[in-house]
Amino acid sequence: MPTVTMNVNGRQRSADIDPRTLLVQFLRENLRLTGTHVGCDTSQCGACVVHIDGEAVKACTTLALSCEGSNVLTIEGLANGNELHPMQEAFREHHGLQCGFCTPGMIMTAVDLVRRKGNNLDEKTIREELEGNLCRCTGYHNIVKAIAAGARNMSSMPQSKAAE
Amino acid sequence: MYAFTHHLASSVDDAVKTLGANGDAKFLAGGQTLLPTMKQRLAAPPHLIDLGKVKELRGIEVQGDKLVIKAMTRHYDVATSDAVKSFQPGLAELAGLIGDPAVRHRGTIGGSIANNDPAADYPAACLALGATIVTNKRRLEAEKFFTGLFSTALEDNEIVTSVEFPKADKFKYMKFRNPASRYAMVGVAVAKKGGEVRVAVTGAGSDGVFRWTAAEEKLTQNFDKRALEGLSIDPGTLNGDIHGSREYRAHLIGVMAKRAVAAA
Ligand SMILES: Cc1cc2nc3c(=O)[nH]c(=O)nc-3n(C[C@H](O)[C@H](O)[C@H](O)COP(=O)(O)OP(=O)(O)OC[C@H]3O[C@@H](n4cnc5c(N)ncnc54)[C@H](O)[C@@H]3O)c2cc1C
Ligand code: FES
Ligand code: FES
Repeated sequence: MPTVTMNVNGRQRSADIDPRTLLVQFLRENLRLTGTHVGCDTSQCGACVVHIDGEAVKACTTLALSCEGSNVLTIEGLANGNELHPMQEAFREHHGLQCGFCTPGMIMTAVDLVRRKGNNLDEKTIREELEGNLCRCTGYHNIVKAIAAGARNMSSMPQSKAAE
Repeated sequence: MYAFTHHLASSVDDAVKTLGANGDAKFLAGGQTLLPTMKQRLAAPPHLIDLGKVKELRGIEVQGDKLVIKAMTRHYDVATSDAVKSFQPGLAELAGLIGDPAVRHRGTIGGSIANNDPAADYPAACLALGATIVTNKRRLEAEKFFTGLFSTALEDNEIVTSVEFPKADKFKYMKFRNPASRYAMVGVAVAKKGGEVRVAVTGAGSDGVFRWTAAEEKLTQNFDKRALEGLSIDPGTLNGDIHGSREYRAHLIGVMAKRAVAAA
C-alpha cells in the first residue's frame, strides 16, 4: 500500500493507505478526527468541508493521496486550546446549529469565506457562498447571522491566526 | 469505488508516458466529476494518473490578443484572476458560477472540457468565443473538440494542456441554474467580435453544447435583444428531463439569450 504524508492541524501525519481512501476517511478512520462529517458522500452537502493549504474543499471528493505534502486544517484545529475560534463562538452565541451535523462544514466554509471576502459580509453574499452547504435543521437564518457576526469578530484576530 | 493504482504525475511527459504504459488509465484533475462517478461505479479505471502536482499545467497568461488558461487551472483561479477580469470579464464571471466555492477550489478547466457534460458551463464559452483547445499532440478548434454528450475528439494518449481564448469585443454568459445541482438548466453565451456574433447554448441540447445559428444571424444584423423577438428554437432538438421539459428549455434559451445580449 502506498504511503501518504500530510500536515493535519499542525502535526505531520503519515499512513499506509488503500489508494481509494478519501481524505475524509483518512481523517476520520486513520486519524480518528471525527469532527469532519460525511453527510451525502456525493459532493452536495458540504458536511465534510476542510481546508487544504488554506482553501475550503469537500473532503469526500478528494483522494487522501492527492494531499501528499499538503497542509490540512479540520474543525478540530480551529480553536486555540480551550478558547473557541471566533466563528465557533459566533455559532454558539447566535444559535447557528441544532443537531450540529452540518456545523463543522459550515464553520470551515465560513472561515474560508472571510479569507476571500473580508470581515463585512452582507446576507446576500453569505447565502450565495453557502451554496454548497446543506442544513436540515435550522432553516439557515441563524447560520447566516452567526457567520456575519463571526466574520466581524475575526477582524480582531491576529492576521496569521485569522488566515488559517 | 473499485480498486485502482494511483500515479502522481510529475510532468506532462510523465503523465503521457504513464498513460501509454497503462492503456485503460484515466487522468485525475480536480476529481469533482471523476471521483463521484467512480463512487457510483459508473467509471472504474484501474489506474489513475493524478495531475495535481504538475506545475506546468497551471497558470493564466495573456499572450498578445489571446488569453491562455492552462488545463489544471481551477475555476477559483479563473474567477479571481485580474488577467481574466481585464481580458474578458464575462469569462471570470462564468467560472464564479460553477458549482459552489469548494468545488471551484478543486475543479479545473481541463477537466471540465474533457468531461464535456451537456450541462457544463465552459463548453459554451469555448464555442462562443471560438477557443482553441491545445493538447500534447495538436490544436483543435472548440467546434471540432466537443463531439456530443460527454464526448470529445480527444484520442488515446492525448492530454489537454491549455485552452486559448481570442479576445472578443463583447462577451456575456447567462445561466439559469438548476437550484439543486447548480449545473446549467440552460446557459447561453453570446460573443461579438467585429461584425461576427456567436451564440452557444449549454444545458439544453440533446447532443450537448451547440451554436444557435438562427440567433447569430439576427444578432449579426442588429446586436440588440429585440432582434431575437419572435425567434424560437425547435424543442425537438432539445433534452427534456425531470428538471424541465424540452418546451420549457426552448423558452429559457430565448430568455437567457436576450438577457445575455442586453448585458453584453
Ligand atoms: C456539487 C458540484 C456542482 C457542480 N456544478 C457545476 C456547474 O454548475 N457547472 C459546471 O460546468 N460544472 C459543475 N461541476 C463539475 C465541475 O466543474 C468539475 O470540476 C468539472 O466538470 C471536472 O473538472 P475536474 O477538474 O474536477 O476533472 P476530473 O473530475 O478530475 O476529470 C473529469 C474527466 O476529465 C478527464 N481529464 C481531466 N483533466 C484532463 C486533461 N487535462 N486532459 C484530458 N483529460 C482530462 C478525466 O480523466 C475525467 O475523465 C460540479 C461538480 C460538483 C461536484
Ligand atoms: S459528505 Fe462531502 S459533500 Fe456531503
Ligand atoms: S444543524 Fe442539523 S443539519 Fe444543520
